[in-house]
Amino acid sequence: MPAPLGPGLRLGGESGIGPQPGVGPGRVGALVLQYSIKRLLLATVIISFAITILFCMIFLVPGDPAVIALGPRASAEIKEAFRARMGLDQPLPIQLIRFFVNTLQGDLGEDVWSRRSVTVIVFEVLPHTLALVFMGLAWPILVGVPMGCYAAVHRNGIVDKIAGVVSVSFIAIPSFVIAIYALLLFAVELQWFPAIGAGESGNILSRLYYLVLPSFAIGLGWVGYLARLVRASMLEVLGEDYIRTARAYGLPERAIVFRHALKVAIIPTVALLGISLGSLLSGAVFAEIVFARPGVGKLIFDSVMNRNYPVVMGAVLVTTVFLVVSTVIADLINAVLDPRIRDSL
Amino acid sequence: MSGNVLEVRDLSVGYSSPRGRVRALRNVSLRVPADEIVGIVGESGCGKSTLLAAIIGLLDNNATIEGGAIKLEGRDLLRLSPREVRALRGDRVSIIFQNPMTTLNPVLSIGTQMCDYQHRLGLSRTEKRRRAAEMLTRVGIPDAEHRLDQYPHQFSGGMIQRISIAMALQSEPRLLIADEPTTALDATLEIQILHQLRELRRSFRCSILFVSHHLGIISEICDEVSVMYAGEVVEQGNVRDIFHDARHPYTQKLLECDPARIKRKTEHLPTIPGDIPDLVELAPGCVFADRCERAFSPCRVEIPVRRRVSDGHYACCHLETETAVDG
Amino acid sequence: MAEMLTVENLRVRFRARTPWLARLKRTSPSFIEAVCGVSFGIGEGETYALVGESGSGKTTLAFALTGLVKVDSGSIRFRGEELRGLSDRALKTHRRHMALMFQDPVGSLSPRLSVQSLLTEPFKIHGVEGVDRDSEARRLLSVVGLSSDIAARYPHQLSGGQARRVGVARALALSPKLLVADEPTAGLDVSVQGEVLNLLGGLKKQLGISILIITHNLSIVRHVADRMAIMYLGRFVEEGPTEAVFANPRHPYTLALLSATPEPDPDAVLKEIELHGEVPSLLERPTGCEFHPRCPFARPRCRQLPPPITQVNEGHWLSCHYPVEEGYLAA
Repeated sequence: MPAPLGPGLRLGGESGIGPQPGVGPGRVGALVLQYSIKRLLLATVIISFAITILFCMIFLVPGDPAVIALGPRASAEIKEAFRARMGLDQPLPIQLIRFFVNTLQGDLGEDVWSRRSVTVIVFEVLPHTLALVFMGLAWPILVGVPMGCYAAVHRNGIVDKIAGVVSVSFIAIPSFVIAIYALLLFAVELQWFPAIGAGESGNILSRLYYLVLPSFAIGLGWVGYLARLVRASMLEVLGEDYIRTARAYGLPERAIVFRHALKVAIIPTVALLGISLGSLLSGAVFAEIVFARPGVGKLIFDSVMNRNYPVVMGAVLVTTVFLVVSTVIADLINAVLDPRIRDSL
Repeated sequence: MSGNVLEVRDLSVGYSSPRGRVRALRNVSLRVPADEIVGIVGESGCGKSTLLAAIIGLLDNNATIEGGAIKLEGRDLLRLSPREVRALRGDRVSIIFQNPMTTLNPVLSIGTQMCDYQHRLGLSRTEKRRRAAEMLTRVGIPDAEHRLDQYPHQFSGGMIQRISIAMALQSEPRLLIADEPTTALDATLEIQILHQLRELRRSFRCSILFVSHHLGIISEICDEVSVMYAGEVVEQGNVRDIFHDARHPYTQKLLECDPARIKRKTEHLPTIPGDIPDLVELAPGCVFADRCERAFSPCRVEIPVRRRVSDGHYACCHLETETAVDG
Repeated sequence: MAEMLTVENLRVRFRARTPWLARLKRTSPSFIEAVCGVSFGIGEGETYALVGESGSGKTTLAFALTGLVKVDSGSIRFRGEELRGLSDRALKTHRRHMALMFQDPVGSLSPRLSVQSLLTEPFKIHGVEGVDRDSEARRLLSVVGLSSDIAARYPHQLSGGQARRVGVARALALSPKLLVADEPTAGLDVSVQGEVLNLLGGLKKQLGISILIITHNLSIVRHVADRMAIMYLGRFVEEGPTEAVFANPRHPYTLALLSATPEPDPDAVLKEIELHGEVPSLLERPTGCEFHPRCPFARPRCRQLPPPITQVNEGHWLSCHYPVEEGYLAA
C-alpha cells in the first residue's frame, strides 16, 4: 500500500475560466470571410511581386531599353523622346511606383509602335485565349472524369487497362506535337475541322467549331492526368465505410458512384484543375501560333519578335492575374464541395 | 408476425487467398425470432463480420458461399438475384455500423443522406425531409429540422450513432443489424444509446441482431446469444443460459477473462493462452481443442456436433453428453 | 516511499481555432485549456491510473509529462528534479527514464522495420553506444515473455497481444523508471487484455518501475492500479487509492462511469446513473461545477460555484458540492 501522497487533488487557486459566451453558428461564416480576406491579401502580394519582376525585366535585358526598342540606328532625339514617353528618364524607385500606380489604374502603358493602349490591345484578344483555355479544360472534365470513373468502377477490366495505357500516352506527348499532328490529320487530311483562324465573329457555333482542334491539342494531356487521378481517388472512395453504408441501404450502383462517391473523389481533382490552367495557358501560346489564332499567346509571341516590351509586360501581367484568380477560385470551389474544408479554413 | 425474422442454416463461407481457401464460416446456424434482440459475441477473427456481410449480401468479391441458407422472413436470400437482395437492403433489413466517424458521407448533408436512403418510398423531397426530421426528433436530436442541413463532421460520435439509428429505422425494417454500434463511444454514452435502441425496438417492433465483443453490453441488451469462435457458433442459448450456465469451455473462459466480472482485485488476470487456429489448414476435431484445458481424445479427432443442453440452449462440445440434435 | 513523479497545478493550453475576426470582437476564447490545474504524485514502484472519457484531457496530460506537448504552467518534478524550464539537452537525459507506450504501439511504428530494429531504435535515438543489439533485443523480448524468434518478424506478422508486448518491450529498452502506458488494452480482445495487464503488473514487481496507465476502461483499473484519478474536462473530480474509490465512490461522475461498465450478468442489479447529454466542448465550459449540466444530482448551487476540494478519507479527494452517500450503488 503506497503512502499517501499529500493533497492529491487540487483545482488551482482561481476558479477556472468563468462563463464563456458561445461561439454560435456565426463562426463558420466568419471563418469563410476570414479565409477570403487572407486569400485576397495573398493574391495581392503575388501580383505585386509579379509586377515588380516584370518591371525589373526591362533592366535585366542587356543594353539600353530605348536602343533595344528602337533599334541601333535611331537618332539621339528619337531615343530621348522615347525615354521621356516611357518615363525612363525618372529615377528607378519613381519609375517603379509610377508603374504600380498606372497598373492599378488599369493603365499598362502603350504599344511602342502603334501607340495604342496596351490594356485595350490585351483585352481585345483575351477572350479568344480564355475561350481556348476553358475549352481546353472542358476536354479533361468531359472526357477524363468519366473515363476515370468508368475505369475505377470496372477495375482491372479491359477498358480500365486500355484507359491506363491511353492516359499515360496522352500525358507523355507534348501539346505542340499533338497540335501539329491534329492539324495534319483532322484539318489537312480528313478536313473535318478548319486549320486556321478563330471563326466568324458573332457566330458562336462557328467560333466553337474553330476551337475544337486547338483546345483538343492543349487539353489532351490533361485528359490523361485527370483520368488517372479520378480513377485513383475514386478507388479510394469506393472502399470507404460510407459507401458500404450506401450499399447497405440498397442504393443503385449508379447513384452510389455519381451521387455519393464522385462528390468526394472529385475534390483532389479541382485543385489539380486550378494548376492545370497555367499549363493550358502556355499550351495556348503554341496552339495560337500553330493554328494562327488571335490571342494573348500569339500577342506575346509577336510582341517579343517586335521587341514591343510594354505589350509583353501587359499581356504577361494579365495572364498572371488570371492564374492567381483561378487558383483562388479552385480553392473556393473546393470549400463549396467539401464542408470539412469550409469549416476548417 | 410470429416465427423467425431471420434464419441462418448451415452457412459456410470461404475466401480465396494466396495461401489457399480461408474457411471463414463453417456451418453457422442462427435464428432471430420476431421482436427479439439476438446477440452475437466473439473475439476478433471469429467470423462475425463475414456473417453480417453474408446476411446483407455484401460479401467481398473473393468470398464464396459454400452452402447453407439465409432466410429473411421465409425467403432464402441465397436463391434471390442480386437485384432482389438489393431491394431488401435498407427496406426489410437495415444495418448500423461501428465507426461513427466514417459511416456517413462527409460531403453530403445529413438530410441529403437520410432522404437518399428513402429512395424506395416514392415520396416527394419535402415529404422525405419531413419524415427524416421526425425520425431525428425521435432519437433525441433537438432542432432536427435545422440539423438536417448540417454535415457529419459537425456532430459528435454519439450524435452520429443516433442519426445512424434514425436512418436505419426510417424504412421500418423487420430486422435491424447493429454491428458493434457503441464500441467507439464513451461508456456513459454507450449506455444512453443502448437504452434508446431498446426502446425504439419496442415502438418499431423490429428484431435486432446485435454484434459485440463486449460481454457486459450483450448481457445488458440481448434476449438470446450466440457465441462464435473461429468461424463457428460454439454455443447458443438465451442470455441467462449463456451467462449463468455456460457449457462450452470457450464461453466459460471468455466470461472468466472479462475484467468487469472480477470484482476482487487480482494480481493475475485470467487469459486464454494460444491463438485462433489457422483457417486455411484446419486441424481435424474441435476448433478450440488447442486452447482448451479440458480437451480429451475425441476433441482432436472429431468435430463436435451441436448438442442440446436444455430448451433452446445448445453447445458444440464433446463434453456435453446429451443427445445430438440436427441443425 | 520515495516520490517518482510529482505534478503540481499543471496546465496545458492550446490556441483555439477561432477566426481572428471573432477574436477581435471578443466573442470566443482564444485558448482552450485541455489540462487545468492538475496535481498528483506517483511513488516509486507504484501504478497510477488516469481515467477519463474522450475529451477529458488524460492523453494531453500524459503527453505533457513526457514532453510531447508544451506545458503552460505548473511544476513537474521527476525523481526530485524540476523538469519545467530545463533545456532540451538537459531534458533528454530525463526522458530516457520516462518511456511512453502509445495506444497502438506497433501501428504507430514503421511497418518496414523488423521487431529487432524497433526494439533497438531507442538506443539509436538516444545515442547509446556499445550495446549489443542482438542480445539486447533478446533480453527485452524475454522480459515481456516472447520468444526470441519474434525479433526477425515484422509488425504485421504479430497478433494483437504480441504487438502490445513488443510495444512494452520497446518502451523498456532504455530501462526507464517510469512507464506511461496510453490505453494499453484498447482494441484488444478480452482474452488478451489480461495478458498485457499481467505483464505490466509483473514488470512493476520485477523491475520496480512506476507505471502511469491512461485509460477509459474502469474495469481494468481495479486490478492494476494502486491509486487512481477520474478526469473530467481537464480536471480531477475524484482521486484516491483505487480500492477506496471502487469501494466508496463519491463523485456522481465516478458513479456514472462505474454503472456504465455493465457486468456480464443479465441479472446484475446495479443502480443505473444515466447522464444527460454529452461532454461539453472545451470552448464552452459550463459555469460553477463543470459537471452540473450532465449531473443527475445537480442543485442550483452547482450551477454557480465551482466545488471545493475536500478530503473524504485518508488520501481520498473529491471535488463536489454534494457528494453521493456512501454505498449508493449497492443500495
